[in-house]
Amino acid sequence: MYSEKVMEHFRNPRNVGEIENADGVGEIGNPTCGDMMTFYVKIENGILTDVKFKTFGCGAAIAVSSMVSEMAKGKTIEEAMKISNADVAKELGGLPPNKLHCSNLGADALHKAIEQHLAKKPATGEKGCHCPFCDAPVEGSSICAPCKNQGRK
Amino acid sequence: MRFGYFDHAAAAPLLPEAKEAMMPFLGDEFGNPVSLHHFGDKPRAAVEGARAQVAALVNSRPDDIVFTASASESNNLAVKGLALSRKAKGRNIVVSAIEHVSVLEPLKSLGVYGFDITEVPVDADGTVHPDKLAAAIKTDTILVSVMHANYEVGTIQKVKELAAVAHRFRIPFHSDGTAAVGRIPVDVVGLDVDAYTFPAMSVYGPKGAAALYLKRGTRLQPLIEGGFQEKNRRAGTEDVAAIAGFGSAAAVTKSRLPEWSESMTRLAQRIFKELPEKLEHIIFTGSMSSRIPGHVSVVVEFVEGEAMLLSLDDEGIAAASGSSCSAKTLKASHVLLAMGLPHTKAQSSLVLTMGKDSTDEDVSHFLDKLPPITRRLRQMSPLYARLQKGEDPYAVKPGEACEDEQEHETDER
Repeated sequence: MYSEKVMEHFRNPRNVGEIENADGVGEIGNPTCGDMMTFYVKIENGILTDVKFKTFGCGAAIAVSSMVSEMAKGKTIEEAMKISNADVAKELGGLPPNKLHCSNLGADALHKAIEQHLAKKPATGEKGCHCPFCDAPVEGSSICAPCKNQGRK
Repeated sequence: MRFGYFDHAAAAPLLPEAKEAMMPFLGDEFGNPVSLHHFGDKPRAAVEGARAQVAALVNSRPDDIVFTASASESNNLAVKGLALSRKAKGRNIVVSAIEHVSVLEPLKSLGVYGFDITEVPVDADGTVHPDKLAAAIKTDTILVSVMHANYEVGTIQKVKELAAVAHRFRIPFHSDGTAAVGRIPVDVVGLDVDAYTFPAMSVYGPKGAAALYLKRGTRLQPLIEGGFQEKNRRAGTEDVAAIAGFGSAAAVTKSRLPEWSESMTRLAQRIFKELPEKLEHIIFTGSMSSRIPGHVSVVVEFVEGEAMLLSLDDEGIAAASGSSCSAKTLKASHVLLAMGLPHTKAQSSLVLTMGKDSTDEDVSHFLDKLPPITRRLRQMSPLYARLQKGEDPYAVKPGEACEDEQEHETDER
């Protein structure tokens, strides 16, 4: 079901843990959704010198967290903010369509941690649950209106 | 790598006797059971012989057995077929809240014909109480369906008492026996059910064959029409090989059930006793006193179900989970939620279904591997981190509840 790369990151996730006195902490998701990620960043002179995470979630959620942490470490704030869900999924050798939302959670949690450091407002668009297939915010029904849970917009 | 197969509810190994019974019909005996020429003779005899064997397993008359292709089809045929044949009498159908989706979904489809469903709640053990069923029945109720045992939490229902309640109101009673047959003795006459579902797979038979017991005189509208097979109750050329395998598997299971049940019960008891000694923050779900043999369902708090399944698979252990991430629908198990378990804990469910060949070595291997897997995943878990800091692990910020949970809460009101 998952690519070898996903399984490798799931089995040996990089950068698991918390950073004491982190410069930014970003939490995304919640336990009821089945996914929750907390990212911690240490930032010196505009560079992410350390990134750690804790994740409650499926294999994809854990692999995504690991990959995001690895991609962000050593990057400038600007570069890290540009890491997109598509980049993460690509680096992992793809994700099953119903698990694409996990890659968004990872990138969002990282961005939220950086934004906290920058003392900006929380990331826009972050709210509760998203359609697992196309990542549109789910409203009114658990069937996603734009794609009807088929991964189509 | 040690092999520990704990997912018999998904698929069970084929009995060698069943395979042998199937082989002629995958080879020279290719004839159609309805043919008048001699090519039809052996296939016809095989189907009728299997019907007698399958009937004997559940103490039914052979004529009361309808062969279908799967338990899902039997459930569809039972609930749609019975409801549609009785639509002049009313449009309400009463089911338990923990039925399999192959009972719940076809009933939802009947909504277009004006049918409505009433779900009877279950208690924290997943038991349907007869008085709750009686309270749910309305004047226009025409069918009651309550499963014999729940595939996900193992609880056995008081089917005889529940059927008696339905009959008091002159309403037919269907029961899905998929999780019960092959684990406990089943007597459809003693239970006094009008329809009863069970697949070949529950008795180590092949995929592709299942039965619906239909009490003599029970009217049913067929779903597949256009042929007179199965006494006009299910058209289509029979899968002779699968049916022959089902018959053979039913006969073997009938004779060996006591021994198998005892073994499966003992192995499950080991897990109930030994797992809590090795792992904290676990909650066993389902009834402990009225439970199918060889079934363990447990919530391993602060870790997500699919992550546990992947890690167990790496150790050669096959299990199942009711978490939303492990389900194709990405919804947490409606069974666990109906039992009052919060979404947060339903995400951490693990389900083990053993079989006749499960061994003490399988159980020991599982008991050795689950604790380190859980520790590893808990070290990554922000929920566990909260617990260690003395915070509420399951706190959800206002406005952050999942859509799927909000729906559930609305349903309960």
